[in-house]
Amino acid sequence: MNHSAKRIRYVLKRLLQAIPVILAILVVNFFLLHLAEGDAADVLAGEAGSATPEYMAQLRQKFGLDKPLPVQLAIYLKNVLSFDLGFSFRHNMPVSQLVLDRFVPTLLLMVSTILLAVGFGIVLGLFAASGLNTWRDNVISFFALITYATPLFWVGLMMIVVFSLKLHWFPTSGMENVAMFYEGWDRVKDIAHHLVMPTITLSLFYLALYTRLMRASMLEQAGMDYVVTARAKGLTERRIVFVHILRNALLPVVTMAGVQVGALIGGSVIVESVFAWPGLGMLAYEALFSRDLNLLLGIFLLSALLVVAINLIVDVIYSFLDPRIEVT
Amino acid sequence: MTFWQLYRRNRSAVLGLFILFAVFAMAAFASVLFPEDPFRLAGKPMSPPGENGFFLGSDTLGRDVASGIAHGARTSLMIAGLATAVAVFIGAVLGGLAGYYGGWTDDILMRVTEMFQTIPSFVFAILIVAIMKPSIQSIVIAIAVVSWPAVARLVRGEFISLRNREFIQACHSVGMGDLRIMLAEILPNCLSPIIVAGSLMVATAILIESGLSFLGLGDPNIISWGFQIGAGRTVLRSAWWVCTFPGIAILLTVLAINLVGEGLNDALNPRLRERT
Amino acid sequence: MNTNASLLDLRNLYVKLPGGAERTHAVEDVSYTLNNNEILCIVGESGSGKSITARAIMGLLPAPHVHVDQGEIFFNGENLTTAKESRMREVRGGEISMIFQEPMTALNPVMTIGKQIDEVIRFHTKIKKKHRRERALSLIESVHLPDPKHIIKAYPHELSGGQRQRAMIAMALAMEPKILIADEPTTALDVTTQAQILKLIKELQQSHDTGVLFITHDFGVVADIADRVAVMQHGKIVEIGTTDQVLNHPQHPYTQALMRAVPSLTPPAVREISDKEELIVNKLTKTYTSGGGWFGLGEKERVVHAANEVSIKLHHGETLGIVGESGSGKSTLARCIVRLINADEGEILYHNVDLRPLNRKEMRPYRSKIQMVFQDPFASLNPRSKVGRIIADGPRILGVETAEADKRAREMLELVGLDARAWDRFPHEFSGGQRQRIGIARALALDPEILVADEPVSALDVSIQAQILELLADIRERLQLSMIFITHDLRVAAQVCDRIAVMRLGEIVETGATSTLFSNAEHPYTQELLDAVPGRDWHPQ
Repeated sequence: MNHSAKRIRYVLKRLLQAIPVILAILVVNFFLLHLAEGDAADVLAGEAGSATPEYMAQLRQKFGLDKPLPVQLAIYLKNVLSFDLGFSFRHNMPVSQLVLDRFVPTLLLMVSTILLAVGFGIVLGLFAASGLNTWRDNVISFFALITYATPLFWVGLMMIVVFSLKLHWFPTSGMENVAMFYEGWDRVKDIAHHLVMPTITLSLFYLALYTRLMRASMLEQAGMDYVVTARAKGLTERRIVFVHILRNALLPVVTMAGVQVGALIGGSVIVESVFAWPGLGMLAYEALFSRDLNLLLGIFLLSALLVVAINLIVDVIYSFLDPRIEVT
Repeated sequence: MTFWQLYRRNRSAVLGLFILFAVFAMAAFASVLFPEDPFRLAGKPMSPPGENGFFLGSDTLGRDVASGIAHGARTSLMIAGLATAVAVFIGAVLGGLAGYYGGWTDDILMRVTEMFQTIPSFVFAILIVAIMKPSIQSIVIAIAVVSWPAVARLVRGEFISLRNREFIQACHSVGMGDLRIMLAEILPNCLSPIIVAGSLMVATAILIESGLSFLGLGDPNIISWGFQIGAGRTVLRSAWWVCTFPGIAILLTVLAINLVGEGLNDALNPRLRERT
Repeated sequence: MNTNASLLDLRNLYVKLPGGAERTHAVEDVSYTLNNNEILCIVGESGSGKSITARAIMGLLPAPHVHVDQGEIFFNGENLTTAKESRMREVRGGEISMIFQEPMTALNPVMTIGKQIDEVIRFHTKIKKKHRRERALSLIESVHLPDPKHIIKAYPHELSGGQRQRAMIAMALAMEPKILIADEPTTALDVTTQAQILKLIKELQQSHDTGVLFITHDFGVVADIADRVAVMQHGKIVEIGTTDQVLNHPQHPYTQALMRAVPSLTPPAVREISDKEELIVNKLTKTYTSGGGWFGLGEKERVVHAANEVSIKLHHGETLGIVGESGSGKSTLARCIVRLINADEGEILYHNVDLRPLNRKEMRPYRSKIQMVFQDPFASLNPRSKVGRIIADGPRILGVETAEADKRAREMLELVGLDARAWDRFPHEFSGGQRQRIGIARALALDPEILVADEPVSALDVSIQAQILELLADIRERLQLSMIFITHDLRVAAQVCDRIAVMRLGEIVETGATSTLFSNAEHPYTQELLDAVPGRDWHPQ
């Protein structure tokens, strides 16, 4: 009954389970490529015809486009696994390098959003549930209901109108004030300043989601038998709520946090394009305009991998919270 | 108690239904209220609300914001409704088969579902629309493709819990066929969660649709709320109304659908409500 | 209040239910006392208010919906109904403790057993952590759990049902309370485990001088452990007295009816059974494999032999009992025979036809011959179908004309003693016993020759149970049915079965005529089961 050994085994198992998912995502990517008009070379070269005929011929040969589909798939997999995602003529750079460059800002936005949304969601949900049907619960539930129904891009635009254009509290766009050449702590502060509005915008919807989930989960757990036991033991309500109910109620919230990571990346496309945040989402927006499909596919691939990675981290966290993991 | 009596107990759900009716009415009478093409230049560009005969103002090209909202309601409801119908159908079929048969059928279908859930859904939708060229069909397909896994999981769960119930075993013991058991015995027992999930999914579909058209991936021939906001963001500084009002339209519609969904949940699964 | 007051003294207690409930009070005018070193059993059928009374004593009623609105609860002379919440917290777990029916759900799933015990000591004393640990270890030892150092670190899901209940008892006794309230503590357990837990409670009660309030629906359990008994019906106490008075000389008609409904352990006179073999099961095997795979990273591969070379014979007109504890494979066996589960190996010979290898189509003509009655009267009827359809569907599926099927279904309703008006109603409009009748009608509508009944009465209250058993016996005679009767309850088996097969871990350990088996069990496990039957030495008149 060695709990840590079980946990390591569980994580390894999840790691192995992620491999077929990644392979399947690659296959989906490959077929999307074939769904587009023209052959893959047209897509890979970018539609504006900015590629030279020689390069097109080279591409066709490289991808074996005259060969049967399974062979093409094999070639595609080989290229991707060696991190060769093609070339973006718009940016005049290999796609792999382009997406890696834009990866860090997106990661920054994602992490701050997850922390804010999950953290505050748990606190607000806890508050709402502990004061069931009081004004506190009503205010929180109303807030959650409204933000749950608001489109992200609209929140972003409205925040720009109010906090940037009217109040001048925060910059309207970008990740840092490049013209100032900040260094060290000044640069960190500058980036943090830029980060505030995109993070709040992106986290609002998820904050609402986690608040509602946490509230419902707390209420569900409060009706369980073990809570009656805890009460029969003479514990204080405080102890019952914060030790017994809370830990059990967190489980579905943590699971949900993992499930929602994919949606969060989608949201970051919108938020980054609203705030011109120079991450993967912004890059996707640019790629859309220039119809640089190959770049879009590269971004899609990387974001899918990111989701797999974050899900793995969530699984590890979950295994610390729930001793029953090996049962399921 | 009748269904309506149960539903009525949730006041905000009644309000939601009211708003939703208003949105439907707006969509139905859009051509009567605003007979002209919403893309048409209708007067002086950038008119603030209430001026130059524009109730909610006009945009950079002199298009009537109010007309766009009314016609856009049609687009949103139609696309969201269609996409949800497709997603619920696919999800119910796959989830039902996986849950009923279990074993390797379940393994394969659930691996596929899991993969679809791992893929960042909105990015996936963007890709599908971009590759298939923006049109109503491609948007409906994109939304349905990213929405069905949730239904599949739900239906699978319901089917698994129901297929082991003794009344289903009783059906087996008289030799009832699988199709009949699935459609006539199990399905009616999991309709309410499907209806609730479906109604909430319409709300999500509206949000996805507006996000797509905001990014310029809407059908170029049809006005939509997301498109209006996307077109107005460049003049955010000088003409706030162009972005603001379509956004409120989205907010109210999605809110109303969520409220109705919650009301349906309370009315169809009364047990859950009793506890609180 | 004099100092010689009873340990616990309930005086004219009323517990109010919220509006819209079936009755206005869950508990009405209940008075009883409990003394030191005494076990008082509160007996009653479901909904009699026995559990609510216990929760009222602990101050654990789901306020504000349900609350005490009249009467007093005196604990050592102190009125608990007016006590402050802070005082109640001292009382709960410190002076009055409680254990529950479902030890799995009653323990916090994400907290170790040690921590859950430690919590009680921590909240009631100022003892240091090290000493608390020692105390927890000795508590675990005192409830006879193996390897306390290991148990203290274990989570509830890692223990068996009986071990969990022991842990629960250790937790309840942590502060040496004066009163232990046990709310159906053995109902969810197997009969042998139940016997051990009852013994443990009795042992601890005697060594600590504790007053025990023991809530149960099982008169066998009452006979084993009670000093005094109170019988509850519809929220009122109808009879209270010593165990001997209540069990052997009941005064109230309700108590008398309950006593009559308890099946006796003495089998009735032997019936004549023909030699004709209706069904022969030969070396039937069903194995479940779970886990494994994932390059050994998954859980260890587990192989469960649900049925291991099981052989039984069913004669014409006979009732064969399959008796065993949970996990013995008795339900799997039943489902294999009805072909709801496909067995891996062996034969199911029905009039010399082996049913096991038949596919769906080939099985069709035999479907109607072997029918099943299920355990749970709530899960066994489709909540969305009307009763008429539920019963008539079977014959229709097998090709009977609709009008003919309907006629047959109506006859069946009458046969099982239901009103014809039941036809157009939904299952939720019926009580548990009535639903079980509908389930029986459904099986009989196909005109079967063999009825497989899987724990058909174990979800029912004792008085309803007697009625259903009577109905089954009546039908068996009238329709010349052969029956396979699955049960965990040896009292029921004694009354219903002609022969009994005892199952353990997927194997049949012993088969024999009921009276022989009860008087002269050969296998030690059969003897163990018989010894564990609660109230074995009590013979209801």
